[in-house]
Amino acid sequence: MTDTGERGPSVLSRLLRAYGMLGVLVLLAVFFSVATIQEQQPGGEAAARSVARQLEGTQLEGATVVIVGRGGDEDARFADTLARRVRERTGVVPLVVTGDPAEARTALGRLAEQGVTRCVIATTQASAGVVRSILEQLPALAGARVLIPASYRWPTFLLPENLRNVANQIAVIAILAVGMTMVIVTGGIDLSVGSLIALAAVVTASLIGRMGGEGAGTAAMILGGMATMVLCGAIGAFSGVMITRFKVPPFIATLAVMQVASGLAYIISAGRPVYRLPQSFVLLGRGADPVLGIPWAVLLMGVLYATAHVLMARTTLGRYIYAVGGNAEAARLAGVRVAAVLLFVYAACGALAGLGGVVMASQLRSGAPTYGVMYELYVIAAVVVGGTSLSGGEGTIPGTLVGAFIIAVIQNGMNLTHVESYTQKVVLGLVILGAVLLDRLKQRGMRRRGRSQGSGG
Amino acid sequence: MMPSPGSESAVPNAGAPLLRLEGIRKEFPGVLAVRDASLDVRAGEVHALVGENGAGKSTLIRIVTGAHQADGGTVELNGSTARWPSPLAAAGAGIAAIYQELDMVPALSVRANLFLAREATHLGFIAATEERKRAREVLTRMGVDVDPGVRVGDLEVAQQQLVAIARALLAEARLLVMDEPTAALASGEVERLFGVMRELRGRRIGILFVSHRLDEVMAIADRVTVMRDGATLGTWPACELTRERLVELMVGRPLDQEFPKVHIAPGLEVLVVRNLSGGRVRDASLSIRAGEVLGIAGLVGAGRTDLARLIFGADPVDRGEILLDGRPVAIRTPRDAIRNGVCLLTEDRKAQGLVLGLSARDNFALPNLDRWSPWGWVRRGKELSEFERFVAGLRIRVAGPAQPARDLSGGNQQKLLLARWLERDSRVLIFDEPTRGIDVGAKHEIYLLINELVARGKAIVMISSDLPEVLGMSDRILVMHGGRVVGEIPEAAAATQEQVLRLAVG
Repeated sequence: MTDTGERGPSVLSRLLRAYGMLGVLVLLAVFFSVATIQEQQPGGEAAARSVARQLEGTQLEGATVVIVGRGGDEDARFADTLARRVRERTGVVPLVVTGDPAEARTALGRLAEQGVTRCVIATTQASAGVVRSILEQLPALAGARVLIPASYRWPTFLLPENLRNVANQIAVIAILAVGMTMVIVTGGIDLSVGSLIALAAVVTASLIGRMGGEGAGTAAMILGGMATMVLCGAIGAFSGVMITRFKVPPFIATLAVMQVASGLAYIISAGRPVYRLPQSFVLLGRGADPVLGIPWAVLLMGVLYATAHVLMARTTLGRYIYAVGGNAEAARLAGVRVAAVLLFVYAACGALAGLGGVVMASQLRSGAPTYGVMYELYVIAAVVVGGTSLSGGEGTIPGTLVGAFIIAVIQNGMNLTHVESYTQKVVLGLVILGAVLLDRLKQRGMRRRGRSQGSGG
Repeated sequence: MMPSPGSESAVPNAGAPLLRLEGIRKEFPGVLAVRDASLDVRAGEVHALVGENGAGKSTLIRIVTGAHQADGGTVELNGSTARWPSPLAAAGAGIAAIYQELDMVPALSVRANLFLAREATHLGFIAATEERKRAREVLTRMGVDVDPGVRVGDLEVAQQQLVAIARALLAEARLLVMDEPTAALASGEVERLFGVMRELRGRRIGILFVSHRLDEVMAIADRVTVMRDGATLGTWPACELTRERLVELMVGRPLDQEFPKVHIAPGLEVLVVRNLSGGRVRDASLSIRAGEVLGIAGLVGAGRTDLARLIFGADPVDRGEILLDGRPVAIRTPRDAIRNGVCLLTEDRKAQGLVLGLSARDNFALPNLDRWSPWGWVRRGKELSEFERFVAGLRIRVAGPAQPARDLSGGNQQKLLLARWLERDSRVLIFDEPTRGIDVGAKHEIYLLINELVARGKAIVMISSDLPEVLGMSDRILVMHGGRVVGEIPEAAAATQEQVLRLAVG
C-alpha cells in the first residue's frame, strides 16, 4: 500500500539532488565556451573542403592549379584531400608543393619561366604570407589568384582537440576518484592515493625496465602494469586491515601509508625518474582509438565508471557499502560482514590508485617519485564536489565523474582564458567550497522538509 | 460521550496560567501537523500531554520551546502574547527543554555542562570555585548525588537527565518542557525523577511533559491534555481519569483488550542456552519452545540486552553453549545467528536497527539481499515485490519504497525492522523492548503480530521494561538481576508485578 509520488521526493528533485552538480558543469562549459569564442583557422581536411568550395565558382579549364603547404601531417592531409577533389571535379591535375618556403619559391619560379598566365594557388592561412611575398617577386604571375580557407568563429574550449585534452588531463584523477568514492561512502578516507601514484609509476617503470627496457614487449608491459596494481591493492588492503582489525582511524592509517608509500617510491627509484620505457608504452596515456579518436585513458575511465556504478547501484556489495557508511553497527547486526566490506573498498581504492599511476607513467613515459603530490586532495575534492557526503552513507559514482569534470573544466578554462596559475589555485579552492556549500544548503532544505513530513507529533 | 474539558477549580495547588496556548495551528508542506491545539500550564503543576504518535504532540511542544513557529493561534506567557523565533529566545523567556536525546557534551564535566555558554567568569577567566559551589548547591537542592567534576559521558542516562534539569534550574527556567523523560529510565530511576519533579512543582515551576507510559502519567500528572489527529480534545484533572479512559480518548475508540494474548500449545524445544557468560552476563541458561513467548524482565542494567546480544553473536561469548533443535551451533557473529534462523530486534531502533539515511526498501532488504541475489546481483523486482508484500501485510505506513527510513514514525520503523526478519522466516525472534516509544495503536498491532508469529510456531524472546506488557504477553517469564537469571515464573498469566519486581531487585 504505497502511494509513491504523493509524499516521496519527485523524480526531478531526486535527480537534482543526485546530479545537481551536472547543471553546474553545464553552466561552466557554456561560460568557458562563450569566453573562448574566437577566429579559428581550419586545418587538414576541413581546410581542404573550405578551399574546394571556393574553387567551385572558378573557371579552371586551362588554368594551372597549385597547392602550397608546409611540411607536416596536417598540411599533407590538406594537400592530398584538396588535390583529390580538384582532380575528381575538373580533371585538372594540380601541382602539389609541400615543404619549406624555398621549395615553394622554386616551384612557382619554374611556373613563371614556363609562361603560365592563368594560375590558381590554394594554400593554408599559415602559408598565405609566404606565397604572397613570393608572388610579388614574380611579375609573370601577377594575375594568379590565391585562395585560402575561410576562418570561422568557434569556442576554442569546444574544439575537439581541447575536449580530448580535458578528458585526458582528468583521466588519472577520475580513475582514482572511483575508489575514493567507495571509501568515502563507507565513512572513511584514503590519503595514501597520491603517494601510491608515485609508487606505482616508479614500480611499473622499473619492472618494465627489468623486462627489457626500451625493447620490452606488450606482454611485459601488461605484466608490469598488472603487478603494480596488485601491489597497490595489497597496500590498500593493508590500510584496510589496520582500520578493521586494529581500529586505527582511517585518516591516521592512510596518512601513515601515504608517508611509507612515498618513501618507498624514492628508495626504489633512488630519487631519480625512471626513463627506460618503450615508445609503445605511451599508447595507454596518449594514444587514441582509431575509429572515434577517443583516448584510451578516457575509454578506460569510462569502463571503470560504468562498472563501479553497476557495482554500487545493483549489487549486494554496493548496498553493503552504503549500509556500512550509513550505520556500521546496524549493518553488522543485520548480518553484513562489515570488515570484509571495508577491506574491499580500501583494496579497490589502492588498486585503482596503482592503475592511475600506470596511466600517468604512460602519459609521461617515465616514472618518478615526485608524481601525484597533492593528488589525494584533488581526488577528494572531485568526490565531494560530486555530491558524496564525507560523513558516509551517501554519494554516487556518476556524481563523482561530474565532480572530476567540474574541476578539469575549470582548470582548462582558466588556462584557455590566460588566468595566472596562482590565481587559478585561489579560484579552484573557492569553487570547491562553493560547490559543497551549495550542496549543504540544498540538503538542509531537503532534510527540513523530510523531517516535518515524517514527524507529525 | 466525552467529559467536559477541565473544571478549573478541581486541581489542588492551582495557580494562574504560566503558559497558555490557544487555537495553535502548524502546517508543514503537505501535512497539517497541528490543527487546533489549546492548553494552559499553571505555575506549580505537572501537566501531561498524551496522544498517539502522529497526533501532533512533538510539534506542539516544539512550538512551545521555539523550535517551530506556529502558523496560527496565540501563545501567551504570564498573560502577555509571546512569540519565540528560536530555542534560544524561548530559553531567554524562561522555558527549558529536556529532550529525549540529551544535548550535552559528554567529554566535558558536569560543571562545564551546567554552565555551558553561561560560564561564571572573573576578569574573563572561568571562576571555577564559584561555579563548583553553585553546581553543588543546585544538585543538593534536587537531592542528586553527582560530583560536578565527573565527565557527563561517564554518568548513567538517568543522572545525565537530572543534570540537564539542574542546568535548566541554574538558568532560572520557569517552565520545563520534557519529551518522554522516562523512556530510557528503569523503575527506580523513574521514581527519583518524579521526586525531583514534585520538588520543582513545590517551587512553583510549571512542567509540561509528553509520555507514552500511561501509568506514569497517572502517577505524576496533575492534569492531562489529550491530543488526537492534530487537535487537543481537552484537559482533565488526572484524578478524574482512569488508564482505560485515557487509552480510549487517545485512540478514539475503546480497545477490546490491551494485551490480546493467545496461548498456543508449545511444540518442541527450539533454542537452548546453557551457562552462557560474556560481558555482564554470568551463567545464563534458558530454553524456549516453538509457539512460546518467553518474557525476560529485570531492571535496566540487569543484563537482559547483553544476554540477547550474546545469543545473537553481537558480543563475544566467554563460555557456554547454544543449541538449536538440540544441536550445538557456533554463533560468533550476527551473520551466523541470522543464518541459523535467530534474529534480534534491537532496543535502539535508530542506532542499532536502521540505516536512517537509506530508503525503507533498502533497510528492509539489508539482511535478505544474499537470498535474492544470485552472484551478488540484486534482483530489484523480487526485492520490490517482497517489500510491497510486507508493507501491505504489516500495514506499514510509508510514502514509497524510496522514502528514507529516517522519515518514518517510530511504530512504522519498528514494523519495518520486524518485516525484514519475517521475510527471513527466522525461527527464533528476540525482541528487545519492542514497543518502546511507540504509541498505543502501534503497540496493539505489534502484540497481534506476536500472536500471529507464535501461531506459526515461532519461538519469541521478549525483553521489556514495561511490566504489564511482560505479564500480559508472555507464556513464561525469566527475571534477571546482576547478569544472572535469578528466577523463573512458569505461568505469566497468574503472576503479579510485585512478584516480578521482588525477583528483579535481587
